[in-house]
Amino acid sequence: MFAYIVRRLALMLVTLFGISVIIFVLLRVVPGNIVDILFDAAGFVDPADKANLEKELGLSQPIVVQYFNWIGGLLHGDLGYSYVSEKPALQEILPRIPITAKLAGLALLFSASIGIPLGVISAVHQGTRLDYTLRVISLSGLSLPSFWLGLLVLMASVSLVGAMPIFNPNPRTWTEAFAIYAVPAMAVGFRSAALTMRITRSSMLEILRQDYIRTARAKGASEASVNYHHALKNAVLPVITVIGIEAAFLIGGLIVTETVFNIPGIARFLVEALRWRDYPIVQNLVMFIACVVVFTNFVVDLLYAAIDPRIRYGD
Amino acid sequence: MRTVHAFGVAALVMLALPDPTFAGEGKSGGILRMYHRDSPGSASIHEGATYSINVPFMPVFNNLVIFDQHIAQNSVETLRPELAESWAWSADGKTLTFKLRKDVKWHDGKPFTSADVKCTFDMVMGKSPQKFRQNPRKSWYDEVNDVTVNGDYEASFNLKRPQPALLSLLASGYTPVYPCHVSPAEMRTRPVGTGPFKFVEFKANESIKLTKNPDYWKKGLPYLDGIEFTIIPNRSTAILGFISGQFDITFPTEVTIPLLKDVKSQAPNAVCVVEPNNVSTNIIVNSSNPPFDNLDIRRALALALDRKAFIQIQFEGQADIGGTMLPAPSGLWAMPKEMLESIPGYGPDVAKNREEARKLMQKAGYGPDKHLAIKISTRNIPIYRDPAIILIDQIKSIYIDAELDVVDTAQWFPKVARKDYSLGLNLTGNAVDDPDQSFYENYSCGSERNYTGYCNKEIEKLFDQQSQETDVNKRKKLVWEIDKKLQEDVARPIIFHSRTGTCWQPYVKNITIMSNSSYNGFRYEDVWMDK
Repeated sequence: MFAYIVRRLALMLVTLFGISVIIFVLLRVVPGNIVDILFDAAGFVDPADKANLEKELGLSQPIVVQYFNWIGGLLHGDLGYSYVSEKPALQEILPRIPITAKLAGLALLFSASIGIPLGVISAVHQGTRLDYTLRVISLSGLSLPSFWLGLLVLMASVSLVGAMPIFNPNPRTWTEAFAIYAVPAMAVGFRSAALTMRITRSSMLEILRQDYIRTARAKGASEASVNYHHALKNAVLPVITVIGIEAAFLIGGLIVTETVFNIPGIARFLVEALRWRDYPIVQNLVMFIACVVVFTNFVVDLLYAAIDPRIRYGD
Repeated sequence: MRTVHAFGVAALVMLALPDPTFAGEGKSGGILRMYHRDSPGSASIHEGATYSINVPFMPVFNNLVIFDQHIAQNSVETLRPELAESWAWSADGKTLTFKLRKDVKWHDGKPFTSADVKCTFDMVMGKSPQKFRQNPRKSWYDEVNDVTVNGDYEASFNLKRPQPALLSLLASGYTPVYPCHVSPAEMRTRPVGTGPFKFVEFKANESIKLTKNPDYWKKGLPYLDGIEFTIIPNRSTAILGFISGQFDITFPTEVTIPLLKDVKSQAPNAVCVVEPNNVSTNIIVNSSNPPFDNLDIRRALALALDRKAFIQIQFEGQADIGGTMLPAPSGLWAMPKEMLESIPGYGPDVAKNREEARKLMQKAGYGPDKHLAIKISTRNIPIYRDPAIILIDQIKSIYIDAELDVVDTAQWFPKVARKDYSLGLNLTGNAVDDPDQSFYENYSCGSERNYTGYCNKEIEKLFDQQSQETDVNKRKKLVWEIDKKLQEDVARPIIFHSRTGTCWQPYVKNITIMSNSSYNGFRYEDVWMDK
């Protein structure tokens, strides 16, 4: 197991190195940089001014030098300066991480706490009206674009309570905090909950047909014990895989949700930074997201062994 | 000392004004909550070219002179003193001298002096060792030789030739006075001004906060304790926030005509106004390369436009048809209607115009069996894309099959600059309703914003002639002549001048939306809330 972990960690480093190269090159392959955008907005280009600014920002250096400057800084904890705000990138990124982390955590929690039980219920009551209703709901969850759902929630909120959850970094009450985080988390987690439900359902259906389930029933185990103790424990493995993947995909949904609910998290910030070609912000944020995704996958792999004793990671 | 002979019109206007008593009937207190449409790139007005910077940061500063903040139509008659107590033109019209106020302090406590005026304009003119990152309005001061000071409280602009429009340019929201002792880099992130509100913080993509300047030199002002801008790029979310009462005012001139109906139906008490914003939607034509190097094809294009259809579709009829200058009654320099309608393509009979356009196309070798295939390039933003689509539909009628080529903002200017387009759908905003700003910037030979590269030396002479003309009526006639010629030359066919809405809650008082510029009306020093 130890050797496996070491190997996985080494592989993670190689993956992150590959990602850093890809991000760096892709950003520079895309036409236009911050200087083009600044001068485009101004509509006035003095080539000398433009060249000066490119030099000042380090964009006139060869791409390899730029890459090693970035990686060198990164290894020393220096993420560079945002081209737009001219503040240290770390200072720009750090305060936004907890906001998105709270939102993502709540969305995943919502997804698991709704998706898994409803998936079990749907499987146990297969073919009933309840099952059909839940399947229709889950299909809607998969089909509704999250920006549309978010807007619907906002419109309903304005129309029903005359207010809407506008982000406030220091919510005064629990209700306000709930509205600020939980409502958007539900909006973004709805799709994920639907997917979790469908995976749980199909996995449960497969497990419920196994011989050992029949044996458990024959031994007089209660329905609850059969469903939740014997079946769900074995059905949950693919669900964990899906939740792990969803955690990675969540960032896509969060971009839209943070925009619609006006939450100043990293997802929306990333899009803005991309729009401005603010390389130090984009590079470091994407690297951060990549680290989260790679680490989540690593944890999911370790969870397999913890949940299913049949899985052993040998040397 | 230089003898100052004559006071200009503006100074006369000043004399007619009562002694300024600043505080009026307003109630003090409260934070004005406004949403902001996007995160401005910086806090430095001089380095920006979008009113996204002017709206939140104009309250931090003062100008030498400013357009009256409660008269919607900016003009020479509405110029008011700010950091300058008075101003005077020399007899030859080549020196503009300002007497400065002595009781003004920067927000950091340092005194404001003439050195700050010189520093600011030296930097804008590119003559200072300190440089801006970008300097988009350097060309406004092409006719200024230098700025000189006489003691701490007098500054003069020395011109190469008379330019009466200089005062209007100095009154724009784009022309604040910066402190000498603060670097341009600091001004981009933590601006220091003399204005009614002090900068507190700017969190990119999140918020901008300003607080009352208790030592403001206009005693009793500002009324508000502060202004908070919440940055909400999503228009639906922002409007819902306003409707639910979480904002006191929408971002100025950002409510579209169709959206205005929603606001009025869901927030019936809201006060909403619709005004022209002096932004024209126009076509940039690449006349350096085929097929638009052919004047007949350019003329056919101009004749094919059904401007009313654009306005009906996009603005439910609420926009204006005109030439380069903003149409009347809001615009000060617009051609008379009869003159405008005499320009090819502006006549009311669209069918007849298009028939003529088809003849020109046939003369150029195109017809029902041989269509001209082109691309129409435009930025990937709805206000650009939408009219481009209508344009594609309209020019089908003259045998032109166009395909939409949407271009990312980062690539738009480089693409236009290297003339990598046939036709482009473009928007041109004018900060000051004055021909000097518009003509030199967009149509003079070699100007960086003259995207099409249009160059007509004869017209250029007329630009200079009108610029020096001190008689307003004579200047107007020259401007009309120039504008007509520009349209006839299909230099940059103007499709329409848009109008947009602004709404605020009924308890917000003293808001005036300017009707011939969306860059100059955001000082907010005497805005108050009746709550």
